Amino acid sequence: MEYIDILLSANFWAAAIRIATPLIFGVLGALVCERAGVLNLGIEGIFVVGAMCGWMAVWLGAGLWGGILVAALAGAFFGLLHGILTVPLGLSQHVSGLGITMFATSVSYFTYRTALPKVSSPPRIEAFQPLDIPVLSDLPFIGPALFQQTSMTFLALAMVLLVSYVLYRTPLGLAIRAVGDNPSAVEAQGLSVFVLRIGAIMAGSALMALGGAFLTMSAFDAFFFGMINGRGWICIALVVFASWRPGKALLGALLFGAFDAFQIRLQNEVGAVIPSQVFLMIPYLLSIVALVLVARKADYPRALLQPYFRGQR
Amino acid sequence: MIRFEPRTNVSSLFAFALPIIAGITALVLAAIPIAAAGGEVFAAYGHIFKGAFGSKFAFSELLARATPLIFTGLAVSVAFRAKLWNIGAEGQLYVGALAAVAIGTGAISAPAYIMIPLIILAGMIAGGTLMLVPTLLKTKLGADEVVTTLLLNFVVLLFVQMMLEGPMKDPMGMGWPQSEPMTSAATLPKMFARMRIHWGLVIALASALIIYIMMKRSVWGFEIRATGENVSAAKHAGIPVTSTFIKVGLISGALAGLAGVSEVAGLKGYLTADISPGFGYTGVVVAMLAGLSPVGVVVAAVFIAAVFVGADSMSRAMGVSSYIADLVVAMSLICVLISSLFVRFKIRFVRPKKTPLVAKGEA
Repeated sequence: MEYIDILLSANFWAAAIRIATPLIFGVLGALVCERAGVLNLGIEGIFVVGAMCGWMAVWLGAGLWGGILVAALAGAFFGLLHGILTVPLGLSQHVSGLGITMFATSVSYFTYRTALPKVSSPPRIEAFQPLDIPVLSDLPFIGPALFQQTSMTFLALAMVLLVSYVLYRTPLGLAIRAVGDNPSAVEAQGLSVFVLRIGAIMAGSALMALGGAFLTMSAFDAFFFGMINGRGWICIALVVFASWRPGKALLGALLFGAFDAFQIRLQNEVGAVIPSQVFLMIPYLLSIVALVLVARKADYPRALLQPYFRGQR
Repeated sequence: MIRFEPRTNVSSLFAFALPIIAGITALVLAAIPIAAAGGEVFAAYGHIFKGAFGSKFAFSELLARATPLIFTGLAVSVAFRAKLWNIGAEGQLYVGALAAVAIGTGAISAPAYIMIPLIILAGMIAGGTLMLVPTLLKTKLGADEVVTTLLLNFVVLLFVQMMLEGPMKDPMGMGWPQSEPMTSAATLPKMFARMRIHWGLVIALASALIIYIMMKRSVWGFEIRATGENVSAAKHAGIPVTSTFIKVGLISGALAGLAGVSEVAGLKGYLTADISPGFGYTGVVVAMLAGLSPVGVVVAAVFIAAVFVGADSMSRAMGVSSYIADLVVAMSLICVLISSLFVRFKIRFVRPKKTPLVAKGEA
């Protein structure tokens, strides 16, 4: 049984976690924005910005962690733009998000092309390498399956803990959740809806950008046009699937990674009979299925998509 | 302090001028990236203008580029009117093209007056059916159509690639993944000799007119607008909201499907997996610039097409990356979105009043 063999190989689980990593960042980012009541469809473009800026910073000599910082700041910048358009100006979150995606994508592509006008093969950087953790990485099966990932994967896992700690264990988290459910109550407490929402969008967008940066700085070592390929949209579906909870977001991303890794290996087994495109469709179809499964009972943050104007109910 | 005061009446001239100002603002803002890329700004605008309007040939290219954008712009504007967020025009365009190719490359042989209506109908049915899926998922299961339409774009593109590398591949195509050429009976004729502008443009303009009449004068148009204004109010007023969404989905998908038909049957003559450089997504910008008005779509499509064609020729002349066009398009969307504030609100700059200290406690 080849199928069981796939599931039993450490390699498969390592790949599942690797595929899940950018999605963990992306779903967390989308979750933070939506918990504060703002849908951020800029995610696809912010992934591109993170991928391009992180890579470009390292290529210009900033060092890997410098690249991470640059990517996060670039993401936060586009988050700020989305925040200004949707929070104080109260413009359509759908249209603004799509605008941010188009803007962020074209800025990235234009910058990359302008910096590197005539390269036939994209230049490479020295990317993050899998860590070698003493003892853990050497464990049989579990070592290669779980502990030979790059620092960015561990950063993603740390972010899950951080986001869930902040959301559920701190007054700030309470305020963020409240601003997504009932902004006038938050205002009545003397807190600023604008500051909370814009701050959450910026933080969420920074997380999304890290998801993009993972692709150019850890999964690969170069930037390609079209490399995000809908990963951002998949995150928007997964966040509904995760019912806006960080723990479930991690689970959803890992489940998705496992399906995707399985699909890639299956392609090697039966690729001769079934065209590769059928397998490549699976992630997108799976996201639609995940969304449809939970859509009816999804408990959307109550003020999601609703602009808030001071003194208005 | 800035204060927004709701406007009660907006002069139509003002509402009409705003998107134009937004588009021009985006074009002007493009000076920043052009200068950053080391291009000479005024020369660049000269090249853009000449590339788009400089000759009869350039203008024909411009209108050929505008044709698919009119279709996708109409598709998006009809859907957005009902607040059905169809971002899947890209995918619907491709299935429309696929349907046209499936019957127009020799599967059926009939004279042109049968073939052309047939491929048009096939493209509309294909596009409409594809949009029916997310519409039903929304109305029956509550799944957000933004995400489903976006994700379906990727699925459709892969499906097209699969067909072009498999059953629909042209055996004479030197191994390229492309379909067989459309038969001459299934080709939309060119309007002028040696120019690429074709009768798809006339179909696009006719569609805009039909949609205009439908939205303004028919019961459907009223139901669509009412649903978009306020779903629950529309429900109370006895408007069948679910079937309105389904109607809108079908019409919107069909229009996007037509874009695909027009591209394969009018411009390219065969189908490749890169026949659309994002016409579906650009349709969103066209529709927003048009203020969702069908007639405005035509104007906006010509503007966006001019940006693309002009930027292409500027890029060739000056070596500034042609992604500048995408940048202008994206900025137009953001500018027109911001400009919509000026329609809804009067924006007043007011000096914050100093309140006497005693009064503070009472407030």
